[in-house]
Amino acid sequence: MAGGAASGGSGAASETYKEARTLLLMPAWLTLTILVLSPVMLMLVYSFLTKEFRGGVIWDFTFAAYDQFFCDRGLFGDEGCTLEWTYITIFWRSIWQAGLATLLSLAIGFPTAYFIATRPANVRPLWVFLITIPYWVNLLIRTISMRFMMREEGPINNLLVGTGIIGEPLQMINTNFAVQVGLFYSYLPFMVLPIYAAVERYNFTLSEAAADLYASKWITLRRVLLPTVKPGVIAGCILVFVPSLGAFLAPDLLGGAKNFMIGSLIEEQFKGNAGNWPFGAAASMILLTMVLIMLMIYARQQSRANRGEA
Amino acid sequence: MAEPEVYAIDVQNAVKRYGEFVALKKISLSIRDNEFFTLLGPSGCGKTTLLRMIAGFEEVTEGEIYLYGEEIENQPPFKRPVNTVFQNYALFPHMTVRENVAFGVEMLGKSVPESMQRADEMLELVQLTQFSSRKPSQLSGGQQQRVALARALAPQPKVLLLDEPLSALDLKLRKAMQLELKHLQRETGITFIFVTHDQEEALTMSDRIAVMSDGEVQQLGNAVDIYERPKNRFVADFIGETNLIDVEVTSRDQDRVLCQFKNGLTLTCDAVDGIGIGSRGHISIRPERMKMRSEKVDDENWQGKVVENVYVGTDVQSIVALQNDMHLTLRTQNSDTGKAMIFEPGTDVFVDVEVGSARLLAD
Repeated sequence: MAGGAASGGSGAASETYKEARTLLLMPAWLTLTILVLSPVMLMLVYSFLTKEFRGGVIWDFTFAAYDQFFCDRGLFGDEGCTLEWTYITIFWRSIWQAGLATLLSLAIGFPTAYFIATRPANVRPLWVFLITIPYWVNLLIRTISMRFMMREEGPINNLLVGTGIIGEPLQMINTNFAVQVGLFYSYLPFMVLPIYAAVERYNFTLSEAAADLYASKWITLRRVLLPTVKPGVIAGCILVFVPSLGAFLAPDLLGGAKNFMIGSLIEEQFKGNAGNWPFGAAASMILLTMVLIMLMIYARQQSRANRGEA
Repeated sequence: MAEPEVYAIDVQNAVKRYGEFVALKKISLSIRDNEFFTLLGPSGCGKTTLLRMIAGFEEVTEGEIYLYGEEIENQPPFKRPVNTVFQNYALFPHMTVRENVAFGVEMLGKSVPESMQRADEMLELVQLTQFSSRKPSQLSGGQQQRVALARALAPQPKVLLLDEPLSALDLKLRKAMQLELKHLQRETGITFIFVTHDQEEALTMSDRIAVMSDGEVQQLGNAVDIYERPKNRFVADFIGETNLIDVEVTSRDQDRVLCQFKNGLTLTCDAVDGIGIGSRGHISIRPERMKMRSEKVDDENWQGKVVENVYVGTDVQSIVALQNDMHLTLRTQNSDTGKAMIFEPGTDVFVDVEVGSARLLAD
């Protein structure tokens, strides 16, 4: 009798527990469904629709958008499919630019993060605060300011010419260089902050142990510090690389028409009446697939490495 | 004339200051070759600072440190042929146990296969061969401890430094590791410098002990020296348990002095330097060096009354009140002969101090 009552009680408790769990998980499920899954599904559907000439779509299923991306069908569009290089070139340039921006942010961001993480604990928040201050200003305004800085008669050229370092003002705006500077500047904190978090958690006794075991400072950095804070470094690289790849403000405002990147290409398709929504959606899907494949390759290598060592 | 002894570590007038704060006040210590040497003291006494100065993690403000005759205080840690076992082991989390142990050997310029082979030998020595491909996080505390030990011993250091390596282990494991460490030291013949705040650990393992407090060495000697013949109140109080009693020396007969307690009782004990007739000091009597009896057997037996008995397993601790509110703590072994000498609280007893066991202290 007593046992039955007890088990009935626990059954009711587990029921309540289940309900509570469902309720508590709702915000996460809603966020994922409404904010992540449904936009992606919408894009996927749109990428297979027919374009309307003044923007928008006609609900007619077609592969036209993907065909346009990959196939060159001659001037009149009536030839067989040969590989179309225009968009692949843009993609390639974007990957290259984003990769370079990531390396540059890592080269500058790592020492910065290390510096902050090794300050006394009470001043570290101040340094982090200082790093984030410029990011209170809208990205558009910051990018326009950079355009101003790098103009032919801008402060940088004026300074360089004024001090006699160069005779003629440098052409900086509308170059890959300007885009690179723009990307680097836009996303640097995304590199600094995760690395900072990792280095702050790093047990510096490990460096002492390495020094005690005859490792020089350089070897300690390479063989002990870097592998230990690697998750932070990887997180920083992903956080810089992915948005750089899809960036459109820096390439638009600093790179000009010749230095088009994927972000700008997609943006164009949804702007005004000239756009092509299905094509924009298709380009987004291709970008998304590419990023996902890269992340999956990384994740798989990681798990293989872990299994190999364990 | 005999050649002067070359010490494993010879610290000469070492001073460590952090700004105004003096962590070490002019310390000189000579640690012999193949010795198990312990720096013992409460936290903040400077023992870890001294160890870190020998390892090279702390700069020496003044003074010199010699390693087998070679001056090393200006060398960076990675050039000193000493290795450290850290308090929290500091094992490299991303490397396997084997890689951890091989690291130092490889850094000395040995090839990877050679250092791996050396690592395997060391892991065999600490009986962890079957764990060599695990990560440190997959090991228990005691196993991690042994990996740290193997890693520090693998490069064959001239001196091994151990910074409270057993403090994170539970009692049983700690006792086992104490013996293992002692064996390892004998087997390898390497000089060990061991830092601890645990006096029992120090007494168990060490050839010699330096008792430190306030950045100074209070006493240097073997376990028997510092336990039986403490030099001052700090050492008497810190090592083991003791009864410290205020006394005044009233008369002297060659090597013996008569000490007068505040409560009027007296005791004869061995004279020590720096204390003459009329001077004040303390007497230290270990609780296990006194016996309770139901009748007087000696003129200097003190009459008292048992206040309380505390059972502590191996012993029974008794508090005895003497005249004028003076209390003594006694320990009687929990054995058949011991039990016969334990009295119920409230019983009148005579306290007999073993001859030669009362130690007069000048401070």
